[in-house]
Amino acid sequence: MTQVKPTSGAGRIVLDGDSVEFGAGESILEVATRHARDVPTLCYDPRLDAFGGCRLCVVEVEGVRNPVASCARAAEDGMVVHSSTATLEKYRKTLVEMVCSENRQVDVDPLSGLASQELAALADRYDARTGRFAGAQSGCSYEDDDNPFILRDYDQCISCYRCVRVCAEQEGDFAISIKNRGFGTQITVEFDGLLNASACTFCGQCVQTCPTGALADRKALRYADTPGEIEKTRTICTYCGVGCSVDVLTKGDRMVGVQPAMDGPANQGALCVKGQFAYDFVQHEDRLKTPLLRGEDGELHPASWEDALERAADGFLKALEEHGRHSVYAVASGRAPHEAAYTTQKFIRAGFWNNHVDNCSRA
Amino acid sequence: MSNPLIDMQKPDVIFCIGTNMTECHPVAATGLKKAIARGAKMIVADPRKIPLADMADVYLPLRVGSDVALLGAMAHVLVRDGLVDESFIAERTSGYPELKAHVAKFTPQWAEGITGIPAADIERAARMYGEAERGAIYYTLGITEHICGVDNVQSLCNLALLTGNIGREGTGINPMRGQNNIQGAGDAGALPNNYPGFQAVTDPANQAKFAKLYGHEIDLEKGMTKVTALELCGDKIRAMLIDGENTVVTDPDRKHCEHALSSLDHLVVIDLFLTDTGKLADVVLPATAWAETDGVCSNTERRVQRLRAAVPAQGEAMPDWWIVSQIAKRCGIPGFDFESAADVFNELCSLSPIYAGLNWDIIDKGEYHWPVPEMGHPGTPILHQGVFENGRGLFKLLEYRDPAETIDADFPVWLTTGRRLESYHSRTQTGRSSGIDYLLWEETLEVHPDDVESWGLRDGDFCTMTSARGSVRIKVEATNRSPRGTVFTSFSFADVRVNDLTGSGYDPITQTAELKVCPVRIEREQATV
Repeated sequence: MTQVKPTSGAGRIVLDGDSVEFGAGESILEVATRHARDVPTLCYDPRLDAFGGCRLCVVEVEGVRNPVASCARAAEDGMVVHSSTATLEKYRKTLVEMVCSENRQVDVDPLSGLASQELAALADRYDARTGRFAGAQSGCSYEDDDNPFILRDYDQCISCYRCVRVCAEQEGDFAISIKNRGFGTQITVEFDGLLNASACTFCGQCVQTCPTGALADRKALRYADTPGEIEKTRTICTYCGVGCSVDVLTKGDRMVGVQPAMDGPANQGALCVKGQFAYDFVQHEDRLKTPLLRGEDGELHPASWEDALERAADGFLKALEEHGRHSVYAVASGRAPHEAAYTTQKFIRAGFWNNHVDNCSRA
Repeated sequence: MSNPLIDMQKPDVIFCIGTNMTECHPVAATGLKKAIARGAKMIVADPRKIPLADMADVYLPLRVGSDVALLGAMAHVLVRDGLVDESFIAERTSGYPELKAHVAKFTPQWAEGITGIPAADIERAARMYGEAERGAIYYTLGITEHICGVDNVQSLCNLALLTGNIGREGTGINPMRGQNNIQGAGDAGALPNNYPGFQAVTDPANQAKFAKLYGHEIDLEKGMTKVTALELCGDKIRAMLIDGENTVVTDPDRKHCEHALSSLDHLVVIDLFLTDTGKLADVVLPATAWAETDGVCSNTERRVQRLRAAVPAQGEAMPDWWIVSQIAKRCGIPGFDFESAADVFNELCSLSPIYAGLNWDIIDKGEYHWPVPEMGHPGTPILHQGVFENGRGLFKLLEYRDPAETIDADFPVWLTTGRRLESYHSRTQTGRSSGIDYLLWEETLEVHPDDVESWGLRDGDFCTMTSARGSVRIKVEATNRSPRGTVFTSFSFADVRVNDLTGSGYDPITQTAELKVCPVRIEREQATV
């Protein structure tokens, strides 16, 4: 099904009557999207090689008899392209109706994954909840995979292969594969087993690219029934030094999940198991909620900020007084922001006029 | 990193040494996988058969701590076979004649005797790197956590200088930083030898600059490293502030470390949880966590990015900068009237030449790699283009040294430590995240199946592992990832205190601990009667 894009130089095409430029190797879809055409897609993930499977992105090219999949066809100089005609829209509606007929449900919780609303959005756009092709459904869910992260609800699968391709092309893990063909097509992993027994690293990329919620973020879905709108806050992952951009998902004051930022400059949408799933520590019951002071009984006891700060300062002043300005030392964190490290070094340098400060990079 | 992360997709030849990247920096490793899919070749040097080794064209299973010998022999082959970039050497380096003479003795046969790698494989790896149009080196703590960590890094620099693989797209010498803001902690000046922006404290001009700003002349002498400070706790060092580090668990030689911190008159710990380190403190102060804190971090490619709060603080937790500022104010130290993280960051930018073109608002989208020397400057994704900051690239003449401790009759096995994909440091974070236990629920000691048998162990049974400093009980996992005679574990689980064992020595220059090498003895656990 995959069509290899012929390489071609830059040039111009006529897009819906407008003459527009394209860059070398750009597909018709890329050119159209760049020029604000809302060409529908389902099997498309801009990070992956064009696949041309869903046929929703078809456009009319003058001189070509049948509609062409715009994701898999390179723009060529002088091409005359129509991205949205009555015929195309009718064709697209029929396709969406057929895809919807595949699944148990079209609407899934948005916590399922970043792209999980794509099918529902297309069903709305094409008014495709008609049940016109109701009947046999393909796919069967894999309910006995009890891993805590990735729900495998293949009743919802439309065989777009985005999960297979993201695992191979983006992650290089090749954990997800396909068995059978045609209506019997099933997404699976090696030996048809559990994800944990496969090459899967639980990076969650398949979940985030799935357009129907067939592969879904089981951990985030714990909060599906929690009331409130999902809000997203862009930040940087807390783990290693790669600095992946993520969106933290919240409902009210509750953290409900993490999604990768497709435009993250360091990660371009990629994440690993830690960044994707290891976030509950933030709102864990073990968090320190008040300052603690060691009492005369030798134990640590909750205290007010005022008392704790006073005691903290007194100890440093006492050391200064009794043992001189070289008796105080500070260690900054490699996991707190710049502002923590900056104030820590300034505390030592401005307060004790020496350089007795380090961070945790030597161990 | 000398080059940006995006460059990881661009080399012809990748040389990974001492980096278990698919587990420790998984997203960065996807770049290498893409380069390989495109046809790039990869050399992997690591004592363990890590996942990267399975993707390598040449795998060099070196004995722990023998990197200088391997890299010296690779330099020998490059020089001997004329695989050096003569014009780069002439234009941008100095000391080549000396290096050429120096490496003459480092034959691959000699290195085979030290590293255990077949000489032919060393030759192959050297030729592959030497023939690359774009050769890129990646390393992590497998290079630096040795008594010869500096020598290891300089050995890699020699290879890049010999072949001109620096200052261009898809090349470079690229250390992968392990914590989300370990780069930034250095950028911000939390180092005993540098003010913010890596301005040397030993330079009187810098002293004068900061005297003006901080209101008093600061010592021209470098401060102590943390390693030295821990040695002198209760002696010269009497009071300590530790922010967000579980020192007693993650540093080597736990007993020494606990004793040191307990000897202080005053210990203040700022953290998210009551860690084992916090339990030794006089004052424990609750900090806001990731996702609760506005701030800035620098990643491994020197990209300066914004952290944003998404949820309110737990309990009465406060941002670290606020806590430190409040202590400073109560100590009567001027200059801590910050009202926001932005105030603090903007002050840092005003003092740091590499951040001079940055401020809180400009970094919103994370577009800049430092150095950004003035406003309007686009940043510097690739370092050392055209010219080195300090003039010419200097070849260093290095000699192989044995690790601080080597195996003997009492401790006949090499232990090396590291991270695993699903856990992070002392598990204060990953250990408190639901589901992670499904993937990794206990510590194990990775032992080659032949060793399991010949040492009288059994896969899945417990053994006792002992070094000169301590002993732990740990479950045996038979695996071909470990070579014969070398075992591996992480330091993540509180019930297996691996850092009771480590701490054999330190690099004399950086005082980085030799956490990657520790001779041990492994005994089958005696059944209790």
